[in-house]
Amino acid sequence: MRAESPGTQHQWLDDDAGPVVRPYTLTGGRVRSSHRFDLVAYVLAEPGADPAGHPDLQPEHRRLVALASRPVPVAELASDLDLAVGVVRVLLGDLLARGLITVHQPPAANLPDNDILKAVVDGLRAL
Amino acid sequence: MDSVRSDGPDRRIPLALKILVAGGFGAGKTTLVSALSEVRPLQTEEVLTGAGIGTDDTSGVETKSTTTVAMDFGRITINEDLQVYLFGTPGQDRFWFLWDELAFGALGAVVLADTRRLADCFPSIDYFEERGIPFVVGVNCFDGSRRFSLETVRQALDLDPDVPLVLCDARHRQSGKEVLIALVEHVARQRGEPVSAI
Repeated sequence: MRAESPGTQHQWLDDDAGPVVRPYTLTGGRVRSSHRFDLVAYVLAEPGADPAGHPDLQPEHRRLVALASRPVPVAELASDLDLAVGVVRVLLGDLLARGLITVHQPPAANLPDNDILKAVVDGLRAL
Repeated sequence: MDSVRSDGPDRRIPLALKILVAGGFGAGKTTLVSALSEVRPLQTEEVLTGAGIGTDDTSGVETKSTTTVAMDFGRITINEDLQVYLFGTPGQDRFWFLWDELAFGALGAVVLADTRRLADCFPSIDYFEERGIPFVVGVNCFDGSRRFSLETVRQALDLDPDVPLVLCDARHRQSGKEVLIALVEHVARQRGEPVSAI
């Protein structure tokens, strides 16, 4: 087992994943979120959402609400907070249950229509 | 789940398209994501619990050791309503369950092949073929690696004739862009509505 996080290296995982951690301390041991949040589901704080009115919430909850003042995908929130995605999902479930955020899942089954694909190709060419 | 778009310029929900970057260990996945991302590649982690990997089993979690798997991802903003997210895939078999999550709803995938270790990308190709996820193969041209003709590589990979196979240099954005464009055009072609080349 390596002592350092694999996150410090510019390569994918090598022989083993990172250090043994207890990341779910923050969630009080809960590992299952109330909702399935896709990695690219956008999270948006409700207008006027005030986590201070919920004293049971942790600082990480409040940071999530602050970050989500504009739409931010779940994966970016996890990266910004430097927390595992699974942990962030649990925290987001807490916020959703309190009506502090809305979650906008990506359209799962349907492929984007052709106009969108064309916009992606054009956008990539313009990079 | 609420999908109603909110009003206001900063509160509009963009559409996020997910593209996977797969391939064997050391094939250049992280390099490609880095070259294409408009921000420094972001990183997040997924937690693996010791026993019930991927099962979200809450029972006894406090007694299990957990490890984390880092996942690299990058972002390309096409316009204010459209963003492309690139996710590098974990390179080990025991993390396949993470692939399922990554692949869910994905537009398609880029499989990077290293001609020095071509077989390393076979599992990735199998994965996307089995699930009907559109993919292209990018042959990453490493310095000093022996060059093969694309036709030789195609035969070695036993690729369907319609799967695009492109040479690329994962370090260079322009080159990486061409791979992504090949993928999106492939997706459009598969649907029978080709995106016309400019």
